[in-house]
Amino acid sequence: MLLIDCPFCGKRPEVEFRCGGEAHIARPANPFAVDDQAWGEHLFVRKNPRGLHAERWIHAHGCGRWFNAIRDTYTDRFVETYKAGERPSVDLSEARA
Amino acid sequence: MLEARNLARRVAPLVAEAPVVLERASVHTLPAHARFSLRARDVSGVETLDHPIGRTWLSEKRFAARLGPDEWLLGAPESDGDLLQQGIERALSSRFFSLVDISHRNVAIEISGPAAAEALNAGCPLDLSEAAFPNGSATRTLLGKAEIVLARPSAAPVYRVECWRSFATYAHGFLIEAASSASFR
Repeated sequence: MLLIDCPFCGKRPEVEFRCGGEAHIARPANPFAVDDQAWGEHLFVRKNPRGLHAERWIHAHGCGRWFNAIRDTYTDRFVETYKAGERPSVDLSEARA
Repeated sequence: MLEARNLARRVAPLVAEAPVVLERASVHTLPAHARFSLRARDVSGVETLDHPIGRTWLSEKRFAARLGPDEWLLGAPESDGDLLQQGIERALSSRFFSLVDISHRNVAIEISGPAAAEALNAGCPLDLSEAAFPNGSATRTLLGKAEIVLARPSAAPVYRVECWRSFATYAHGFLIEAASSASFR
């Protein structure tokens, strides 16, 4: 079974976790100032890369905390997990093409 | 402070279930118990609460399992519920916290015997080996399709499974089935 390293509980089995989609999406500070195109992209358009991807995960059947993870979408390998509010040590621009 | 006359009296599920004692793993339902869910940000200096996540503080009658960075499951004999509540209120008096009585929500089942870990692993994905889940561990996890809190109060192979009352029949049946197949292997 795939083990995910929860920043609070340590390595735990994958079935205890749920994925919450892409991480680090900043809501426009003033939604009224952005046009429909930009707002639509904020809501619905995601990176969907082949390679390293920053994702939100929740340890739903454990500590119940949200955290962020860098996962390789090609190999399904978790490179790093870190608490919400922190920045990853991995540079995502190096993501595989 | 809870007033005794306002306490809801409900019939606990599984009360009529007889213990299932098998060669290598036995399943018992535990009697009614007082339990509280505590959420607090800062518990520094409170001996019974300030321990790592996944560990539990234990005394002869009470336990305080730290399930997450700000969440604890507290337990005491049914008659000590008020005392436990007063104790927490006193210990955390100047800090923000939430203490909710969940005695009626939870049901405790005990599984014991040399094959207890093996039986639990039929539905629980955790590593229950001595190194990964030693004496004094407690955590929320899954048992089959139900969410449980699994605790190991002592070095003996005795595990306490706490589940919600609506999952109790399922979790109990699951454990008996798993215990019997682990016993006759």
